[in-house]
Amino acid sequence: MTAPELLAELFPGGHAVRGEGGLLLGPARTGAGEVAVVGTHGGLEVGVEAALALAAELLRIVREHPGRPIVVLVDSRGQRMSRRDELLGLNGYLGHLAACVELARRRGHPLVAIVYGDAVSGGFLPLGFMADAIHAVEGANPWVMSPTAMSRVTKVPLERLRELADASPLLAPGLEPFVRLGAIEPAWTPPLAAALEAALARPPRPDRRAEEGLARGGRRLAAVVAARVAGGAPAAREPSGSGR
Amino acid sequence: MTALPPPVPVARSSYRESNARRRLAGLLDPGSLEDLLGPAERVTSPHLEPFGIPAAFDDGVVVAAGRLDGRAVLAASQEGGFMGGAVGEVHGAKLLGLLRRAERERPAAVLLLVDSGGVRLQEANAGLVAISEVMRGVLAARAAGVPVIALVGGGWGCFGGMGIVARCCDAIVMSEEGRLGLSGPDVIEATCGVEELDASDRGLVWRTYGGKHRYLLGEADRIVEDDVAAFRVAALELLDAPRPLTLEALAREHAHLAARLEAFGASADALDLWRAAGAAEPERLPMLDAATFRGAVEAARRGDR
Amino acid sequence: MLERLAFELECPGDPAPRAAPVVVGVVASGNLEVLVEPAGPPGRVVIEVTTSARGFGEIWDAVLRDFAARHGAGGLRLSVNDAGATPAVVTLRLDQAVEEYLAQPR
Repeated sequence: MTAPELLAELFPGGHAVRGEGGLLLGPARTGAGEVAVVGTHGGLEVGVEAALALAAELLRIVREHPGRPIVVLVDSRGQRMSRRDELLGLNGYLGHLAACVELARRRGHPLVAIVYGDAVSGGFLPLGFMADAIHAVEGANPWVMSPTAMSRVTKVPLERLRELADASPLLAPGLEPFVRLGAIEPAWTPPLAAALEAALARPPRPDRRAEEGLARGGRRLAAVVAARVAGGAPAAREPSGSGR
Repeated sequence: MTALPPPVPVARSSYRESNARRRLAGLLDPGSLEDLLGPAERVTSPHLEPFGIPAAFDDGVVVAAGRLDGRAVLAASQEGGFMGGAVGEVHGAKLLGLLRRAERERPAAVLLLVDSGGVRLQEANAGLVAISEVMRGVLAARAAGVPVIALVGGGWGCFGGMGIVARCCDAIVMSEEGRLGLSGPDVIEATCGVEELDASDRGLVWRTYGGKHRYLLGEADRIVEDDVAAFRVAALELLDAPRPLTLEALAREHAHLAARLEAFGASADALDLWRAAGAAEPERLPMLDAATFRGAVEAARRGDR
Repeated sequence: MLERLAFELECPGDPAPRAAPVVVGVVASGNLEVLVEPAGPPGRVVIEVTTSARGFGEIWDAVLRDFAARHGAGGLRLSVNDAGATPAVVTLRLDQAVEEYLAQPR
């Protein structure tokens, strides 16, 4: 699904989202009021300029539209890879972006992310993956690294990696493994506008992806290990299928 | 509880050469390290056997409570020697649990002794999600009033998603030996070619990712000698200088990052950048010891020549 | 793909339990980690090895018998994660681990 198609389906009431330089920025109208759209399109590889522009938009929303829900749309093939970005400290720009998302959360802005294209590593971590809930639509394709690169780095033949990926949600690219790991919600079916409004209506809650991964069977250890280290009373775990 | 190593004589103790456990034990007040989930618990990764890789009893990260100058802290120390310190399901969950504990217990700080290439590819998806959870955990701990300080000086550096985690922290202490970035030199060379970055050119690698450059740029808040005691002193200073998560503070950081891009966005390389930053003799900076280097950076910032 | 070996060897000495388990070494290529705990039957040392270097059972046997003969490690359990260390490095780490363990107060 392209960005214009997605925007049309999410916001039948209209939107003024601009697509410039791989970024999606602008307001949109839902049944529950105005929202701010912040995101990427065209598989943007996020470098220092894009990271700064996204952070600037978040700070502007916090300053000018207190409490406005923020809808993050994700279609990014990861961080831009260049000596220049590394020299300038791209990791710092992305860390700042993540902090800006956290600021918005603390200031009461609901944060809903929707993966509609690629969602990769450094293009996903500081923005989409920071939302209160991460949803998906048809075409969502989260992944960590290309299979050929993974094969080169791990020194495991491609065929063997594919075999292992078939057996484990930890290795296969795509939406389904990430759903099983508790990180992303199952893809919405149309009408998308209604699904978005339901998501926006949910109150924010602390990060329970590890617990969700346990409930869905994709990550049997994360929640248990985290709880052992955290100590204190066991964390309340929401059952899966709780109306998402 | 796992025993401490025998006492180390009070001489310079290389941070880089120490392993994760000794590094942390040396940083904290003597005898104060208490494992929160030690190696004897054998909470290991179940995902490595198909790759023919033996597990590590603590999955490559020590998580502990301890004291720093008498003040209660929580700490994690990554073992770069085990799979490059990379983050898998269990390793990541230990970090997440530590940060959740911090939110509840409100120690004086969380110390993250980072020595990691980022996501453990053998557990790719779980590693990525775990790093995302750690990022949220760091920011949640900070929002609860607990400073989170990253220490970067190990042999594997701080790369990948951990490079982003480090910059979600209040502050970073680096030694000259430390390296900090997102895509490391090998990845840049493999993806973009050796003309873009020659990963075997050590000088180039340290000028791009190393502690001195990061300190000059403002990515690292302190630069220290490769000495556990020096890291300890710097961490102690930073306990009382957290960065609030407010609009004003983030706007200031934003202005700094925008100014950096404006000033150095066209720099061809690190030497060019350092010259633009006001360094009188940029090619000499790599040779200066930490204290002299700090003086040179301060002089450049003041506009001295 | 990993090989697991288990040994229970007669071993002199019957050390009183020490305060805490000890771990030395790192699971890095050519290296190993050794965890020492007070868990074995008295007069015997129990050693469990998990290794990525397969087919060296006889060498492990020889190294561990030599180790058991040199150390008063009865009543101890040693657990090893090995990533292809040489016999010299294995011996070094085992010695180091037990010495550190026994150096603790009773």
